[in-house]
Amino acid sequence: MSNYERAAAARMRSGAERIADLFSVAREEDRAVFLPFLTAGLPNPASSTQLFAAMAEAGADGFEVGIPYSDPLMDGPVICRGSEQAILEGATLDRSLSILGEVAETTGLPSLAMTYANPVFRRGADRFCDRLAEAGAAGLIVADLPFDEAGPLGDAARRHGLGLVLFLALTSGYNRIRAVAEAEPSFIYAVANLGVTGERSEWSSRVERLVEGIREVTDVPVVLGVGISTPEQAAIAAGLADGFIVGTALVRRVLESADEEDAARSLAGLVGEMASAARR
Amino acid sequence: MRARLHRPDPRGRFGEYGGRFAPETLMTALEELEVEFASAWADPLFVGEYHRLLELYVGRPTPLYPAHRLSERLGVEVWLKREDLAHTGAHKINNALGQGLLAHRMGKPRIIAETGAGQHGVATATAAAVLGLECQVYMGEVDIRRQAPNVSRMQILGADVIGVASGAGTLKDAVSEAMRDWARTVEETQYVIGSVVGPHPFPWMVRELQKVIGDEVLRQSEQLPDVAVACVGGGSNAIGMFWPLAGTGVELVGVEAGGEGIGTGRHGASIGAGSPGILHGARTYMLQDDDGQVLEAHSISAGLDYPGVGPEHSYFQEVGLARYVSVTDREALDGVRLLALTEGIIPALESAHAVAWVAREASSLRHKTVLINLSGRGDKDMEMLVERL
Repeated sequence: MSNYERAAAARMRSGAERIADLFSVAREEDRAVFLPFLTAGLPNPASSTQLFAAMAEAGADGFEVGIPYSDPLMDGPVICRGSEQAILEGATLDRSLSILGEVAETTGLPSLAMTYANPVFRRGADRFCDRLAEAGAAGLIVADLPFDEAGPLGDAARRHGLGLVLFLALTSGYNRIRAVAEAEPSFIYAVANLGVTGERSEWSSRVERLVEGIREVTDVPVVLGVGISTPEQAAIAAGLADGFIVGTALVRRVLESADEEDAARSLAGLVGEMASAARR
Repeated sequence: MRARLHRPDPRGRFGEYGGRFAPETLMTALEELEVEFASAWADPLFVGEYHRLLELYVGRPTPLYPAHRLSERLGVEVWLKREDLAHTGAHKINNALGQGLLAHRMGKPRIIAETGAGQHGVATATAAAVLGLECQVYMGEVDIRRQAPNVSRMQILGADVIGVASGAGTLKDAVSEAMRDWARTVEETQYVIGSVVGPHPFPWMVRELQKVIGDEVLRQSEQLPDVAVACVGGGSNAIGMFWPLAGTGVELVGVEAGGEGIGTGRHGASIGAGSPGILHGARTYMLQDDDGQVLEAHSISAGLDYPGVGPEHSYFQEVGLARYVSVTDREALDGVRLLALTEGIIPALESAHAVAWVAREASSLRHKTVLINLSGRGDKDMEMLVERL
């Protein structure tokens, strides 16, 4: 299927359905879903989309498109720096959402907005979701929105056919796991390390217990993120969960690249290796 | 007018404000902290130990001092609640000791804190030393420069001071960095937040630990004042004085940082010139643009240089329990000089905002009794005062 056909077919299904499709296809092919994260507006708003296109070409299944935010509490120094640069380069909220739309249109892959609570509620949950749906986004992830506060946004997302993702962490107990499962998110973002986003050399054995704990109460897909930066770690994640997210390692490559072509090559290289690691 | 709330609702809300907008990794710790604090606060042994330390170590109660010469100058009867005389020189120690004791009780060997003016950092380093805890303090690089004496004090007390270069290098960035540390180390660390900000239960817990200020005022004054005034950054000294007085008929006035003037956009008046949003885990008034990006605050006083405010102040404003005003950097500097020359007290630049508001409004306050919360002393500001006065 061409990108154009994929995009045309995608318009026939809601964002939440397209996210669900990702996992059922991957399950049939016995592989994990691989979702690269990159901040919209990097290295600048004009050339951001081509970096996502290069990652799509290299085997990404969908995207987390970061909406740059001034005070990203869940992010480590690399993604913080990426956000600062994107904002300086002119990635306003509207520009970032347009980039997300371009990414969805160009690649035809399910693309989720990754943002923080304040920009969403500043605009209003319903208006924000309306704009996302209009742009062709499949769903959204809000880093500082635990399920306890997610009710109104979940309703707005549903009204606009968007998938809302909820978090669980190594510190989440049974009650929280059960409550998140009951909210029926599009997938559960399982935070695989304590702390903020960033590269880690060690992989906590507790990740396995968290994934098992979730699987005991729900069939909602589990996607691991935070601290996955090498193909080896990606392979472990693919063995444990239904999918994985890689962010910091990609943002770092963009920040360290000489120009857009260099960044696209560098991203494609790592995404290719990660996509291979996703096969079980 | 709706009444003050003894506790926020189960979701941590004061009306529309507060809540718990935090990364999932911290949620279990926040739930535990709420349970642990509620149980400690109901435990006579814990409360007894807290009050014993406040009396024998901090030197409480702090005096309620009739400022005769200032009163004469302004034509207003002014009383000062002398938090500047508390050990370490500000009200911050009330909260730091309480949370330090709680960390000790919860078996957490390490405490971390953020600091703006350095007073909360010094108070936390002090609590860590006296309670035998490990301590690290996050402080913006800009604040490290403008509050150098407090950096040295923290270091002498055995704390590590970690510079934060991100953002504007001030209090907001120090809070964010402390929260990131806490997400990484949550299982052995207690985050001793310095004001009535952050996700639930922090705003409630810190208010409970600071309301000793207003409780003492109720005991110390034969007749309640007409007006009670306090500076508001995050707002811990203000809520500590306001809460016990709320609903008694005393008019409560919070003074925010007007910086270079509200019209210049360089200020810290979150209630006066901001709008509701979500900052550092709570829904509250904050400084933000149309996209919801957090704006930098500005104030000559590092302790008021913060683009948000405690959610309970947002509630107090909304239901009319208190009103919020602002004074500029220049007026605050004049407030320092006024208090120094009339009473021989050099206030912290933060507290000088409250003094300055009373001086500015003296004609409308004539013949009234006004209580000022003198939340801290000015030693830390000497360099700035020498330069600007």
